[in-house]
Amino acid sequence: MAATTACESQINTSEESMHVKKALSVASPLTLKIVAECPVTKARACELILPHSPVSTPVFMPVGTQGTMKGITVDQLDSLGCQICLGNTYHLGMRPGPELIEKANGLHGFMNWKRNLLTDSGGFQMVSLVELSEVTEEGVKFKSPYDGKEILLTPEKSIGIQNSLGSDIMMQLDDVVSSTVTGPRVEEAMHRSVRWLDRCIAANKNPHKQNLFAIIQGGLNAQLRKTCLDEMTKRDVPGFAIGGLSGGEEKDDFWRMVTLSTDHLPREKPRYLMGVGYALDLVVCVALGCDMFDCVFPTRTARFGSALVPWGSLQVKQKQYAKDFKPIDPDCECPTCKRHSRAYLHALFKNDTAAMHHITIHNISYQLTLMRSVRQSIVDGRFPEFIRTFMKRMFSSPDQYPSWAVDALASVNITLD
Amino acid sequence: MQLELSRVVHGTSRLGVLRGVGNKAGEYSLDTPGCLLYTHLGTVPHLTQDTLHTLKHLPCVSQVTLAEHQEVLEEVKDGFRKFAGLHDTILYLSLHDPAAAYPTGYTTNKTVSVWGSGGRIELTVAKFMALLKTVQPDWYQSIADGETWESNTSRKRVRKSVDRTLAHLDKCLLEHQTTPELEGMEVFGVVEGRVRSAKETAKRPVVGFCLDGLQTGSMDQGLRTELISAVNRELPEHKPRLLQGVGRPDEVLACVEAGVDLFEGFFPFQVTERGCALYFNYNIYPDPEVTGTAPTMQPNGEVNPEDQIEMTTFEINLKDKRFQDDFAPLVEGCGCYCCQNHQRAYIHHLLVTNELLAGVLLMIHNTAHYQGFFKALRDALANDNLDGTLSNRDHTVTTGC
Repeated sequence: MAATTACESQINTSEESMHVKKALSVASPLTLKIVAECPVTKARACELILPHSPVSTPVFMPVGTQGTMKGITVDQLDSLGCQICLGNTYHLGMRPGPELIEKANGLHGFMNWKRNLLTDSGGFQMVSLVELSEVTEEGVKFKSPYDGKEILLTPEKSIGIQNSLGSDIMMQLDDVVSSTVTGPRVEEAMHRSVRWLDRCIAANKNPHKQNLFAIIQGGLNAQLRKTCLDEMTKRDVPGFAIGGLSGGEEKDDFWRMVTLSTDHLPREKPRYLMGVGYALDLVVCVALGCDMFDCVFPTRTARFGSALVPWGSLQVKQKQYAKDFKPIDPDCECPTCKRHSRAYLHALFKNDTAAMHHITIHNISYQLTLMRSVRQSIVDGRFPEFIRTFMKRMFSSPDQYPSWAVDALASVNITLD
Repeated sequence: MQLELSRVVHGTSRLGVLRGVGNKAGEYSLDTPGCLLYTHLGTVPHLTQDTLHTLKHLPCVSQVTLAEHQEVLEEVKDGFRKFAGLHDTILYLSLHDPAAAYPTGYTTNKTVSVWGSGGRIELTVAKFMALLKTVQPDWYQSIADGETWESNTSRKRVRKSVDRTLAHLDKCLLEHQTTPELEGMEVFGVVEGRVRSAKETAKRPVVGFCLDGLQTGSMDQGLRTELISAVNRELPEHKPRLLQGVGRPDEVLACVEAGVDLFEGFFPFQVTERGCALYFNYNIYPDPEVTGTAPTMQPNGEVNPEDQIEMTTFEINLKDKRFQDDFAPLVEGCGCYCCQNHQRAYIHHLLVTNELLAGVLLMIHNTAHYQGFFKALRDALANDNLDGTLSNRDHTVTTGC
């Protein structure tokens, strides 16, 4: 499905207007409205119209792996202003399985989430979690950790499960290779991902309700990435993800691949950078032109008592907070900070799971608030200033600024003091 | 604080209202028979304020046990309530967590031991009074030696327990009268399950009575009823009796009949921890067309070492495979957040996948259902129909609620 676009600049060429007319004539479950573009960097602020609700971008999408956001209710998640979150096809495909979820009116019905859902393909879990049997052209063969049975996850099966889940955005099954791998395997995986993209597009039973995103691969090889970009952008998908990164590679290589990708992705379609969630990474990658992000980090780290703050993080379980009666962040407006102190949370960690929920709420709030502030600064035309202030808050002095971030920002005309 | 009884049924069951509850937090009243809100450090287990307040009828008294946090609490300037971010509630400080098992054999003439996440804490009367000054509860129980609930406890040991408890109470009361910070705090004297203890404690100027030594698992209900009845005869009518350590609905019902006014509200938590949902009919006018057969009493497969009590017939075990594709709410017609928003199949999934949300949702439902049970008890007493509650005493679980 083609994404339609409604932006400030006029569409000039007849070719482009033909394209738009064609796009508008078909019902589209995704529309991207570019609200503002930063004149200095590649950042954009957009409204992403999806079936369940509009989503303001740049957006951070919390991950609710198994159809739940780790101890917080859907009402709490909604109150935090979350407009889209993730579910995992691999996990949900195993338990409770797609047939059951279909009976429950899709994942939305099953977990009672009224806003948008994005499901990944299950590909990443293949690499990260499961004893890999084999990757062939057919699909990914692996052994189920629950009953030891051999399962074959093909592009068709992945899309089938995601069709049952009924997510607003589905991801293609890609041939995932760790970003630290080099050599011919990377090229093989890239080409296969293109072929699998075509199979996924063909397998999508609900193109009018569910958006299938492509995932750009190619590892850390600029040439391979470029080839992948050229190929995948020929396909008529509503959005593109930048995949194969955020897996332990050097940050210097990471940002170069991100910016290369956004350079060659269509302006009028959303760009989703997968697996990125650290505050610094988010801000830099917005500057490099990305619109959507997801990461388990904020919610996972919360359960260990780690609270995210503008100056880094705070380990609430540490002794130093036992008698610290300030909230986690005095400027934070989340329910946790409005009501509880570090000392209380510190003590509560010894007695009850609710302590984890308080930190989870705070961390999600932190991430969403960060993105809202980023977005507003782009709309107001002061994103470069925002970046400088952000960096000053996060790092105690300019010589602490990570060099990769300095370089990446410099590449989009941001100089830091 | 005054207990106004509106009815006394069959000479023992009491329906009433506790008025003038709590001086500091304002005027509250608590309908009796009723239960307290069970908390960990002021937090209802698993719940944050937002999820807690999906519950409409919370008891106005929250129970806390705080000995392990004494050190921090001493540094809290604005009192425990502020520290815990508590909603408006009366605070009742008890010695032990009624849901946690603890080893016996550590009581001495001068100390009792309580347990926290870091292990054993020894409390002298002085230390306990210091804790009270720090926490500033509205009610508290005096220190007690309650280790007499084992059925083979010797008479000598029982006598010692009664004597010690009385001695601790007297020390508490003395300090109370001489310490201005303790003014306004109401003391519950602890009755160690025996007539002599009741007689003696009744002579002291306490505001109510905790009945100790009668916990679930220590004796059968027949004996418990006997002991409570005997003890109650010695206690002044207009002071509340709070029974410690009993929460199972059938036992609660029997104890209400024997004259108990207040219960600790820990049972919903225990049910939650074993992945179960309270599911029992407490209509006083059961519909024979709706009643069904009960699932038989089954011990929970994975017994949590903290759970001394096996799953009861008042619960359904959501881990059971039969709920995998059951799209009904936990209890049809239940108005709680969980039943209004989620289905059994989803809760089952959360339990199977070890997700934290299971505890949150079950705690909400179990608390709501349990509160509903107490309301039904009170209604039954008002209508003289206590026998109709719980449909019948054979633990038949019926559908609907």
